[in-house]
Amino acid sequence: MAATKSPQVHDKLVIARDDLQGLFDALHQRGYQTIGPTLRDGAIVCDVIRGVEDLPAGWTDEQQPGAYRLRRREDEALFGYNLGPHAWKRFLHPPVVRLWHAERTNGHFRLVQEEEQSPQLALIGVRACDLHAIRILDRVLAHGTPADPIYAELRRKAFIVAVNCEQAGETCFCVSMGTGPEMHDGYDLALTELIDEGGHYFVADVGSAKGAVAAASVPHRLATDDEVEAADCKVAKVAREMGRTLDTEGVKEMLYRNLESPRWEEIAKRCLACGNCTMVCPTCFCTTVQDVTDLTGKQAERWRKADSCFTTEFSHIYGGSIRATPMSRYRQWLTHKMASWVDQFGTFGCVGCGRCITWCPVGIDMTEEVKAIRAADRARV
Amino acid sequence: MNDFHADPMFPLLYSVRQRVRENDDTFTLELEPSAGEMLPAFQAGQFNMLYVYGVGEIPISVSGDPSKPYRLIHTTRAVGTVTRSMAELRENDRLGVRGPYGSHWPMESVTGSDLVLVGGGIGLAPLRPAIYHIMANREKFGRVVLLYGARTQEDMLYRRELEQWRSRFDLEVYVTVDRATGSWHGAVGVVTTMIPHAPFDPLDSVAFVCGPEVMMRFTVQALQRRGVTSDRIYLSMERNMKCGAGFCGHCQFGPFFICRDGPVMRFDRIQDFFGKWEV
Amino acid sequence: METLEAVIVEHPFFRGLREEYVALIAGCASNVRFAPSQYLFHEGEIANRFFLVRRGLVSLEIFVPGRGPASIQTVGEQEVIGWGWMVPPYRWRYTARALEITRAVAFDALCMRRICDADHDLGYELMLRFAGIISHRLQATRLQLMDIYSLSA
Repeated sequence: MAATKSPQVHDKLVIARDDLQGLFDALHQRGYQTIGPTLRDGAIVCDVIRGVEDLPAGWTDEQQPGAYRLRRREDEALFGYNLGPHAWKRFLHPPVVRLWHAERTNGHFRLVQEEEQSPQLALIGVRACDLHAIRILDRVLAHGTPADPIYAELRRKAFIVAVNCEQAGETCFCVSMGTGPEMHDGYDLALTELIDEGGHYFVADVGSAKGAVAAASVPHRLATDDEVEAADCKVAKVAREMGRTLDTEGVKEMLYRNLESPRWEEIAKRCLACGNCTMVCPTCFCTTVQDVTDLTGKQAERWRKADSCFTTEFSHIYGGSIRATPMSRYRQWLTHKMASWVDQFGTFGCVGCGRCITWCPVGIDMTEEVKAIRAADRARV
Repeated sequence: MNDFHADPMFPLLYSVRQRVRENDDTFTLELEPSAGEMLPAFQAGQFNMLYVYGVGEIPISVSGDPSKPYRLIHTTRAVGTVTRSMAELRENDRLGVRGPYGSHWPMESVTGSDLVLVGGGIGLAPLRPAIYHIMANREKFGRVVLLYGARTQEDMLYRRELEQWRSRFDLEVYVTVDRATGSWHGAVGVVTTMIPHAPFDPLDSVAFVCGPEVMMRFTVQALQRRGVTSDRIYLSMERNMKCGAGFCGHCQFGPFFICRDGPVMRFDRIQDFFGKWEV
Repeated sequence: METLEAVIVEHPFFRGLREEYVALIAGCASNVRFAPSQYLFHEGEIANRFFLVRRGLVSLEIFVPGRGPASIQTVGEQEVIGWGWMVPPYRWRYTARALEITRAVAFDALCMRRICDADHDLGYELMLRFAGIISHRLQATRLQLMDIYSLSA
């Protein structure tokens, strides 16, 4: 069914599940590379996908501290899972990127600029927490002085199709962090998947002019009030099901005054300093720079690579590492997320996605750790 | 997209004009732009990121005269891969330079006060631009005292200049070594021992401190014992840096990015984190 | 007119002492002067005085056979040299030599021990002050030992 006029920003549309491929086609036609969830290696990862056929239809995930399993759903929902290990920083803040190269000439060398243009990416399936994470990365990488031109360019070109959550993941705590499950802006289109008497369809919220243009190419109609309400109710239900909470009241000051809490040593007994948390965290942005040369020495390159504060090299200066013990590195990571980030960028660095809890091999739960430090702090005072 | 105006990670090429050996492992490079275009002028206390072709890049404080930004001067120890390669550079060899980065010694806000500059070891290098500025604007400041400590007299930086400064009537220079060698007839002992009796008025003095962190920690204590308040003590902090521009995350010290909020930091701002183990 | 008493009263080391104590201490004091390279005392000698340096620079040295005198520390203006007089065997553990013209106030050890024995409150006051000096000197020595400039780039 075609609409009588073009979609406008803030319109709520209905797109049938079978018409969703039209959105992919419209994006491809406009030169976008579509990135979305797909099944691989026993998980739901994010990668370049061709269309609806690559989505993890009928699959969801079960997550616990230190555990992740796929599970078959009873329906064929396309976005019925919670969150996979990949965050969108993998595409907006590429973990491996060449910055420039240099050539040796006549006993000197000259620097050569990168010529490749960055791709237009359409991110499909962005959850509310991840939307906030992208907003946080915008603040860190695109709004600083100087800005990171690689991130700024990818971000500017990106098209975001956010998708509301189906249920609360067991390790999620977006409500505590104020990052979900509702989404209000920051997307081009926001979809809520519904499978009910009306069929299998999406209520789509048009978030921007770009989104309106894309939606216009896809078979759609305006949503009825009932359909909009059904979508809203779904999201509200997710908010009620949150499995974890984190009290953020005064948490920055609390962590700053507890840098010497005995709890950190207790965590250090468990933490392997493996850095998984920094890899899966959607806001961890640290990078390192690697200058390399080929065997002949005729060409040198500078690469930027994702890095983790859990390595000893991260804080190394002549004489040794500032953070030599795993205790200090875990403390750095957690206090950065929940305290320093506020002073640096005005928000928490954590969006409550729960990935660090799920993907920690020993199941360290940062919501529990913050609780424990707070309890020790109260006992002290 | 690249070019040094648009891309913060793209260096400008500079050529070595002179290399001076300061002591066994410390050297000074004097650089000038390779092709005419130069970086923005720096302020005393700031640093540049210096790139050696195919080897790597490191942050080094600028230790030249801020009023002569065309010639960039950097003093460093040859202790790592990059610095050891840098020590091998000859006249006319090229380096990539990015900068200037970071905060600077607050020269404008200390006019009228006495100034106490305390340097330890290679810490004299980031202080030298401040000394140049002071001498060029001498009437703006009260008494100016330089306290410098080095391991031995052979390790001292800028020895000829130290002697020149010491011979001025409007600058008091006190030098000490940790260990007396050769024919040293001067003070022996750590630089903090010179603070209790140095000729400055603690009620109207500002201190600039630069050196190994442990030296700065005890220097601050000595200054505070003398009556200098924490909001009148500035340190030059050091941390691992990869980008120098605020987005690699390596240089964090508590909530501060040393490449942006530092390296020069006022002590009262950092005292809650300074001295805490492994922060 | 600057008297020894005035010098003692003004010096931070003696700050806060009662007037009568100042008078007693002044009774043990005398003005001394050393020329450059002149020795204040030698290692092993009886520590029969301690010094308050008013002006100048004194090198504390320990003789190393084969190497000669090694200067381990220098003591300057307004600083105190010597607490060997306080504890048996009352001997100097190092040599002190003036590097420049040095003017000091010397306090006779026998006299000081006598007035402290007679009035333990005075003894306590002096012990407190010396404890402070020793603590600072020890801390400075520790930093010297750490060889801090070789620890950082």
